[in-house]
Amino acid sequence: MRHTLSVTVENEPGVLSRVSGLFSGRGFNIESLNVGPTLDPGVSVMTITTEGDEQIIEQIVKQLRKLITVIKVVDLTELKSVLREMVLLKINANDTNRAEILRIVDIFRCKVVDVSIDELTIEAAGNYDKISALLGLLTRFGIKEIARSGLVALKRSVQA
Amino acid sequence: MELTGAQILLECLKREGVEVIFGFPGGAVIDIYNELPNTGLKHILVRHEQGAIHAADGFARASGKVGCCLVTSGPGATNTVTGIATAYMDSIPVVILTGQVPTPLIGNDAFQEVDIVGITRPCTKHNYLVKDVAQLAHVIRQAFYLARSGRPGPVLVDLPKDVMQQKTKFIWPEDVKMRSYNPNYKPHAGQIKKVAQLIRDAERPLIYAGGGVITSKAHEALTWLAKNLHIPVTATLMGLGCFPGSDKLWLGMLGMHGTYAANMAINNADLVLAIGARFDDRVTGKVSTFAPKATLVHIDIDPTSIQKNVSVHVPLVADCRLALEALQEELTPSLIEYDFEGGHMPWVTKVGIWAKEHPLSYQPSETTIKPQSVVEKLHELTRGEAVICTEVGQHQMWAAQFYRFNEPNCFLSSGGLGTMGYGFPAAIGAQFARPDKLVIDIAGDGSIQMNIQELATSVCNNLGVKIVILNNGYLGMVRQWQELFYNKNYCSTCMDAQPDFVKLAEAYGATGFRITEPADLERVLRQALDTPGTVIVDVRVEREENVYPMVPAGASLTDMLLV
Repeated sequence: MRHTLSVTVENEPGVLSRVSGLFSGRGFNIESLNVGPTLDPGVSVMTITTEGDEQIIEQIVKQLRKLITVIKVVDLTELKSVLREMVLLKINANDTNRAEILRIVDIFRCKVVDVSIDELTIEAAGNYDKISALLGLLTRFGIKEIARSGLVALKRSVQA
Repeated sequence: MELTGAQILLECLKREGVEVIFGFPGGAVIDIYNELPNTGLKHILVRHEQGAIHAADGFARASGKVGCCLVTSGPGATNTVTGIATAYMDSIPVVILTGQVPTPLIGNDAFQEVDIVGITRPCTKHNYLVKDVAQLAHVIRQAFYLARSGRPGPVLVDLPKDVMQQKTKFIWPEDVKMRSYNPNYKPHAGQIKKVAQLIRDAERPLIYAGGGVITSKAHEALTWLAKNLHIPVTATLMGLGCFPGSDKLWLGMLGMHGTYAANMAINNADLVLAIGARFDDRVTGKVSTFAPKATLVHIDIDPTSIQKNVSVHVPLVADCRLALEALQEELTPSLIEYDFEGGHMPWVTKVGIWAKEHPLSYQPSETTIKPQSVVEKLHELTRGEAVICTEVGQHQMWAAQFYRFNEPNCFLSSGGLGTMGYGFPAAIGAQFARPDKLVIDIAGDGSIQMNIQELATSVCNNLGVKIVILNNGYLGMVRQWQELFYNKNYCSTCMDAQPDFVKLAEAYGATGFRITEPADLERVLRQALDTPGTVIVDVRVEREENVYPMVPAGASLTDMLLV
């Protein structure tokens, strides 16, 4: 099962390498990883999505907590949370299919951020399922390039 | 008053209680060495940096304190990596100080530059690169705190040359507070009650103790528990000495080369108390058949150890000593209500029968010296009171099996990493920690050659370390596997060409003995142990003797090959 972990870390050199080294050294898989600053300049938050059975996820969480520079680890999968990823897509678009692509862009509430004679660049944001569905629909037009931010996530205010 | 980085570093080491530093100088650490004579700190010059880290490790294991070593940048630092990984696998508190090129040169492929913080990230508990002299005292304080607290381990501090030269006001940080590091020592009261009840209800309980018992000084509480509740005890290689080897409840080591009794007991117990152990593959054999009838209780300070290899029923994250003392308190009133001795009698008897059926044994010989008999004789001559270090291989297993350890911190061996060349430098470290004790390195002829250069260190410090080489002219453990599992294809395990160890000892200024006849064993061993200073005893043993019992890798513990 896919799990999304929110990992609060000390913002210091080498911390990303400690986290990624832990995953590679112990044979855990990173599906996506996003790092960003917080309002406290001394602290960063990593959002990591990974896959594994309960025992593996438990090990990943414990091993992360064991790292000296990790302050807090929350498995957001166990909580109600908001998960979002941003994707930039460059798609083949000519006069015959441009309208169809724009219709999909509209349905998925994406934005066109760049356009040329034979390409469209689209900005999309959403949870894992939405991005998967969008990619599923656009593949047939030919996706020339893709850049994904990795998931970012926050726990919902009301958990009940 | 302002001090240089080098002065601050050494002042911090003194305040942390460092007694001896094992080290080797080089360009990047000359500033530190320049200040060293003014500090009163004892520095032991080794002959290879691997010797320094193993000696610091041996000092830590024998004393229970933090070991310390100091080496230069680049090759000095990389030479310590095997020793750091050794200490990491066995949870030994060591602080490694490495020199580094000046900060403006870092990343430029400068002379003797290496990213040692990057290299050692996966084999240290934590590591630091100090870029600002103002942070130095804090970092050193944290390094020692991390090394000795929680689950101990090696901590490396990388010290650029210019930081050692810069000056700042020295402020000793009285407290160490780290928001991201708070090891849990106290056992959960509810879990203690649960474990106590399991112990009261058990008919066939067994203690499986590991190195954590020794690290946390839990041996007294463990001995109380075992003796008063009549619970048999087995231990891992790392746990040897946590319970008296002379006691009738002692089953010997378990696992791949464990005793028949210990492995049968694990297989039949209805309650296994795993204390400060981590279910290593050399201990469990095939995991799915490990302790199949037992409720598993796992006491360990490191949450990652729990549920890692084996799924346990009752986890208890705590310091082993505090947990066992809490159990002692909880169970003391039960001594009146419950008849533990009577209740466990059938089980203790059964275990005793297994021990009698297949005790540790070997075929004695009048013509060749059996390696096991050398260890037995050493035990006899030292009354079991020596500090025993080992290298890695057959001799290590024979030492573990036949030297019945009665005290903790007296068996120093690379358990997790299995580092050949560990024992002799560790013995040097141990001798500094315990000048009162006889320190013996039981070695193989292969392993001893991996750090033989430390003879110079031992001799020039007038250390009385005794090296007893069980010399079979083979890399014996690999040869044993080749014999049993690889059709006797003894590829690259025969060590025909070897130095004359007696002459080698003499060349270094030590004393050498050779024993080739069983009849001479006791007399010459006694003479060697009575000889002051560093001694090598080259004992020519039966060449193709095997270590038994043996559980083949990946087999169940009950699938033992016996003598």
